[in-house]
Amino acid sequence: MSTPLEHDYIGLAETSSMERSSEKLSSSSSSSIPSIEDKTSKTANDTCLNLKETELRLGLPGSQSPERKLSLFGQDLETNDKSNGFAGSSPLKNLVSGAKRGFSDAIDGSNGKWVFSMNGKSDVELAKGAALASPRVGLDSKTNSQQAKTSASVMKEVVGVPQSPKPVQDKNNLVPPVNDHAIAPASKAQVVGWPPIRSFRKNSMASNLAKNSDEGAGCLYVKVSMDGAPYLRKVDLKTYNNYMEFSSALEKMFSCFTIGQCNSSGLPARDGLSESRLMDLLHGSEYVLTYEDKDGDWMLVGDVPWEMFTDSCRRLRIMKGSEAIGLAPRAMEKCKNQN
Amino acid sequence: MGSSELKRSKDSVSDESARRSSFPDEVLERVLSLLKSHRDRSSVSLVCKDWYNAERWSRTHVFIGNCYSVTPEIVARRFPRIRSVTLKGKPRFSDFNLVPENWGADIHAWLVVFAAKYPFLEELRLKRMAISDESLEFLAISFPNFKALSLLSCDGFSTNGLAAIATHCKNLTELDIQENGIDDKGGSWLSCFPERFMSLEVLNFANLTSDINFDALEKLVGRCKSMRVLKLNRSVSLEQLQRLLVSAPQLAELGTGSFSQELTIREYEELESTLSICKNMHTLSGLWDAKGIYLPALYPACSHLTFLNLSYAALQSVELAKLLAHCPRLKRLWVLDTVEDKGLEAVGLNCPLLEELRVFPADPFDDEIVHGVTEAGFVAVSFGCPRLHYVLYFCRQMTNAAVATIVQNCPDFTHFRLCIMNPGQPDYLTNEPMDEAFGAVVKTCTKLQRLSVSGLLTDLTFEYIGRYAKNLETLSVAFAGRSDWGMQCVLGGCSKLRKLEIRDCPFGNAALLSGLEKYESMRSLWMSACNVTMNGCRLLAREMPRLNVEVMKEDGSDESQADKVYVYRSIAGPRRDAPPSVLTL
Repeated sequence: MSTPLEHDYIGLAETSSMERSSEKLSSSSSSSIPSIEDKTSKTANDTCLNLKETELRLGLPGSQSPERKLSLFGQDLETNDKSNGFAGSSPLKNLVSGAKRGFSDAIDGSNGKWVFSMNGKSDVELAKGAALASPRVGLDSKTNSQQAKTSASVMKEVVGVPQSPKPVQDKNNLVPPVNDHAIAPASKAQVVGWPPIRSFRKNSMASNLAKNSDEGAGCLYVKVSMDGAPYLRKVDLKTYNNYMEFSSALEKMFSCFTIGQCNSSGLPARDGLSESRLMDLLHGSEYVLTYEDKDGDWMLVGDVPWEMFTDSCRRLRIMKGSEAIGLAPRAMEKCKNQN
Repeated sequence: MGSSELKRSKDSVSDESARRSSFPDEVLERVLSLLKSHRDRSSVSLVCKDWYNAERWSRTHVFIGNCYSVTPEIVARRFPRIRSVTLKGKPRFSDFNLVPENWGADIHAWLVVFAAKYPFLEELRLKRMAISDESLEFLAISFPNFKALSLLSCDGFSTNGLAAIATHCKNLTELDIQENGIDDKGGSWLSCFPERFMSLEVLNFANLTSDINFDALEKLVGRCKSMRVLKLNRSVSLEQLQRLLVSAPQLAELGTGSFSQELTIREYEELESTLSICKNMHTLSGLWDAKGIYLPALYPACSHLTFLNLSYAALQSVELAKLLAHCPRLKRLWVLDTVEDKGLEAVGLNCPLLEELRVFPADPFDDEIVHGVTEAGFVAVSFGCPRLHYVLYFCRQMTNAAVATIVQNCPDFTHFRLCIMNPGQPDYLTNEPMDEAFGAVVKTCTKLQRLSVSGLLTDLTFEYIGRYAKNLETLSVAFAGRSDWGMQCVLGGCSKLRKLEIRDCPFGNAALLSGLEKYESMRSLWMSACNVTMNGCRLLAREMPRLNVEVMKEDGSDESQADKVYVYRSIAGPRRDAPPSVLTL
């Protein structure tokens, strides 16, 4: 098992800060912006520019960090197919092709379109006080760059192959009360190396955490977090029998955090990630459902049989597909190469 | 011998030296060889030339706090008889991912010189150094007398390197692997200890995750009758622990493996009775995944415990309270904040001798769920533990009033490290900055050597620190201060300051340059994500040629900004092994 040198929480592999900034443009928080001063943005700017040589990174499933040959999941797949539940001889291909799909893709041939897509409006009114990440259109450039910098999410995280990665907690909506004097970054969870805890301890805690889901006879509660939502939910996995039921329950639970309908456009077959699909992702912000398994690894929901999933799932995270945008081109290449 | 006595001796010696001292060198060396503290030795070496020589010939242990402050050749030239070396490398913030991976601090060049100059080297203790498997193998082969290896927060090696150590170091007494970035390729390294090998006294592999060959471990522990420290990794089960303890009841320090296997009643009782034989045990750690129901097995072993490390066991308050009732002699306690304030109240009630408390966050990145400890827990401990002098406390809320109460109860703090996890958070009751809290700390705790500040802080905090913290040696600052004035106060006021590390503060060139003369009396300065520019750094480098000024730039950052600055004194000159991302000015 290889343990990388330094650990932080999982974020996303960042190709360049500019790309990041422009992405974030479309999903920045709103209410916190005006009170953040230059210094804050500078701070966050620094954090968002803490790149490459500083950290090892974990991208979303299917992503590859720019500097490494193997993605974390790539490594996993090569050494440990079974435990990740990947079947098939070309796991990388599956991984890539699966990477950017919405959860509904995972349900073979299903019509379950469990995809949250947001239209261009701001979601401020949805969550009182807490700003939801939302796509924004037509902001003027100066404010844009401020926002982009302050809400840039940090991507460093590292994860040892078997160790327990943590997802980037895109907590744009959890900005601490920023007064005029504070040099607080946009969000605590986005700051590199804070709180100051050594890697070994962080990893040990992360795997402890994974065991903390309530387990009683006949119920299996796991936390479900959704990027941009102000609070978590807990679901009892035992009350569902398959992915379909599960997905519709989650849909209901989290629909209040989204505007508009679930995307009901036709989704491509499991094996391929079509060009148009990626385009959808690039422009929209669909969500991807992931879970942390008992080894502490973050996996895409839907790859393994339902029972295996409930057995190994420790908690869930509904991740914004748009966060994967920087990776999509690479995924596309990989997909092309494999196909 | 204290420094004052040495000073008096100095006068008499310089009088005598004119008459050719009748104090033979051998005697002087013999006397000085009893000096252990490296600070005392430094003082001694400054007395006069004879004493300098006597000291350098009698020194057997050298401590180098910054591996780049001196070269191995210089060390070997001055101290010909070294048998034990302690070396520290990277800046402390490398523990938190703030230092580029290939930054440096590689041990190999040192080992090469040591192999030539100190063939009888026995001990090597490294902290935050980069060490490869090749280096470990080189170490194992080059020093036939090698006894003790301790690696803390190092990286660059794998279990293959450990295998080399186990295979070749026939006289090994200590193998201590702690919190390293180690590439764990499997547990077979432990089987590399030769069959007749029996000198091991300290074995700590708690850091590793792979399964080890338990059979090999059991035999090893059985052979090593002098073993006093054994710290297992998580893969060792309770049942296996019991078997190990049967052959090592003499253990003084035990780190258990996973403490959560399903045990039968009989197995549980066996464990309990085995533990009760461990009368020498003063330190207990590990206890991963500890289940409350098995903790009582530990009670009989706790009567003489002075250090209990529960920082990997997510205990609840009641479980902790019950356990602490059996630990009356406790001096050091590390816990997770899952014990909450109630658990800390139990600490205050049961551990009157407590000197050190560390509370780590079980879930530092989870904002939504509010749990953990608050100011109330800390206050409760302070009422019950007046001898408390070392604290590391991670919390989500704090008040100025609470801290004032705490230091009133415990005025002897030497190490006060408070981490309010939300950067820039004010006193949650008054909404004011936390200036008065740290003001109270520095005013009351005159022995304070180390301070870490957090929360919303203005320059006033630093005014207080500069004015009152006259014994302060290490200061860590993050997300604090308003202007250059803050840092200037610290640099101007803290006469004993040795290490200053700052991140994400609005201190700029004026602050940086106000410490021009100061930095030569310090080990190092770290500033990251502040307002320092390249020009400021260049100016510093120009004015102070005996300082190494290194800047780590980040991709895409402003050309003129100095994103991360590391300044340290050195007699080795600028380093030649810096990676491209590190600019030496």
